[in-house]
Amino acid sequence: MAEALLEIKDLKTYFHTENGVVPSVDGVSFSLKKGETIAIVGESGSGKSVTSLSIMGLIGSPGKIEGGEVLFEGQDLTTMSKRNMRKLRGNDIAMIFQEPLTSLNPLFTVGNQISESIRLHQKASKEEAKIKSIEMLKKVGIPRAEKVYSSYPHLLSGGMRQRVMIAMALSCNPKLLIADEPTTALDVTIQAQILQLMKNLTNENDTSIMLITHDLGVVAEMVDTVIVMYAGQVVEYTDVFTLFKEPKHPYTKGLLDSTPKIHELKDELQSIEGTVPAPGTITQGCKFQTRCTRATAKCFVEEPELKELSSNHKVRCWLHEQEEVAI
Amino acid sequence: MGKFLIRRLLQIIPVLFIISFVVFCLVFVAGDPVALMLPEDASPEDIEQLRESLGLNEPFHIQYFTYMLGLFQLDFGESFRYGQSALPIVLERLPATLELAAASMIVAIVIAIPLGIWSATKKNSPLDLLATGGSVLWKAMPNFWLGIMLILLFSVTLGWFPVSGRGNFSHLVLPALTLGTGIAAEMTRLIRSSMLEILNQDYIRTAKSKGIRDFYVVNKHAFRNALIPVVTITALQTSTVVGGTLITETVFSWPGLGQLLIQAVNTRDMAIVQASVFIIAFFVILMNLLADIIYKLLDPRIKY
Ligand SMILES: Nc1ncnc2c1ncn2[C@@H]1O[C@H](COP(=O)(O)OP(=O)(O)OP(=O)(O)O)[C@@H](O)[C@H]1O
Ligand SMILES: [Mg+2]
Repeated sequence: MAEALLEIKDLKTYFHTENGVVPSVDGVSFSLKKGETIAIVGESGSGKSVTSLSIMGLIGSPGKIEGGEVLFEGQDLTTMSKRNMRKLRGNDIAMIFQEPLTSLNPLFTVGNQISESIRLHQKASKEEAKIKSIEMLKKVGIPRAEKVYSSYPHLLSGGMRQRVMIAMALSCNPKLLIADEPTTALDVTIQAQILQLMKNLTNENDTSIMLITHDLGVVAEMVDTVIVMYAGQVVEYTDVFTLFKEPKHPYTKGLLDSTPKIHELKDELQSIEGTVPAPGTITQGCKFQTRCTRATAKCFVEEPELKELSSNHKVRCWLHEQEEVAI
Repeated sequence: MGKFLIRRLLQIIPVLFIISFVVFCLVFVAGDPVALMLPEDASPEDIEQLRESLGLNEPFHIQYFTYMLGLFQLDFGESFRYGQSALPIVLERLPATLELAAASMIVAIVIAIPLGIWSATKKNSPLDLLATGGSVLWKAMPNFWLGIMLILLFSVTLGWFPVSGRGNFSHLVLPALTLGTGIAAEMTRLIRSSMLEILNQDYIRTAKSKGIRDFYVVNKHAFRNALIPVVTITALQTSTVVGGTLITETVFSWPGLGQLLIQAVNTRDMAIVQASVFIIAFFVILMNLLADIIYKLLDPRIKY
């Protein structure tokens, strides 16, 4: 087994707001191998973005990493100096954000913004950076790359801007690409193109991807491993085949049932009743208790651990502890 | 850009037209300078004669027509006090005022930009609270009071700078500080709040995610964006600055336009009043135009 590129151990990121402490990420652990693609799925507010920003070291006040480790090639990023962290960011670990429309600075040209990374991390001259930037723009399928290089972001469509973001993120050949819902804001047709592009470009360099998404269709198509998050915790963690074949957590099942499938035409899509509880509001028992159809008395009192069912399948649910006992 | 400039310059004409009308009306309503021009024991006949000769007995529209006729030749009439054409007198004072205004602007910029940026990046730190509190306090302080305090401290007690008048650089220091710190107080607040908003934008997060040093994130990516509203609002406040100039010039006996205008108002020297207000208005408009140009240079999203 290859050594993990990224290993997260019991990560805790809390926000200290006026209304008290919000444990947005509460003991998350997972690991990612070189070249592996992992997906983090879960509804809005489950802590996916906070997890990725914690890895990048971009959690700002009032948020703080309260505990745990983020090991990248064996080094703990949570205790790394700001200076070393900056050398890593944009170079070894790059990130693409959800909002292509607002993620580029409106006052600088596309070229300026791509070159900036290249010049910074690869110590390239202005001309070298320009050549590399245009090459990257061509790679991400932008027509008339030279022209786009010197234009301002507002002239580009959302899809084009996301391509620019990808070009920027991949310009320094990162070892890890974190993509936080990179296609949510785009048209369906463009979504597929962008994801395909990401996949192709990262395959070239064996880049690992951490893909945050709502879309289980995307998960099925392009990832190796899946983490299901709920209310700041990992509730199920397994490879993509097992997830679709044998989902164990009632929440995962709910998510799968609420995704349309061609071969099982149903009259109506299922949905999970209710919404993710605000972090910190459920202090006792399982975080999913309020929405779980199979909750028992125990679920309201004691919180389940993330339990290993097999070597590549973990789940946080009392049902499966009992199952094992029963067997 | 060229087309935009021409359009904006053409827009100045109707604005000046309106201003000249308003100035005329104010002077018309403000009333009769004749009483002040003649000795107290002048006979009613003398008064009547002077009024007649000045055209003050004509109806409103005739007087306005005469006034506009003069205006087109840049003739604001003769000053009662100086006995010569008003405009040259006003223009002679202009360099002093421009000097003071420029020096104050430099003082304001030198204080406000670093302080505003720094207080935004260190939000809620003791230093930010000091800067924010200080600027509120400074804004509340009237120009004349600040000016007098500075004179008392630095001229009377310490003797570092002259009390009043215009001459070498040392004369400029206190008036420029009085006016400049006042502008800086408001500008600091603006820059701070604008920076705070910009620092929360997605593209700032993007910049940070690239590993760029905080210094460049703040000063390259954020500051330029933050400057856009600051330029606009500062331009809109030119009129407040003009008010400050009038007071500062009076306090420091700075021989500028403001001092001239206030004297002219006190002596009802209407030709001077009209000419100075017109020139001041012209500069306010010019400042706004300049702000528009800067704005467009800063923001590529704006089309000309
Ligand atoms: N700056 C903040 N201050 C306070 N709470 C925050 C802050 N940022 C995030 N949170 C909280 O952390 C929780 C997780 O947020 P996060 O953005 O990670 O969700 P997400 O899973 O990415 O959702 P989405 O799918 O909508 O992007 C949310 O409940 C949110 O309220
Ligand atoms: Mg998110």
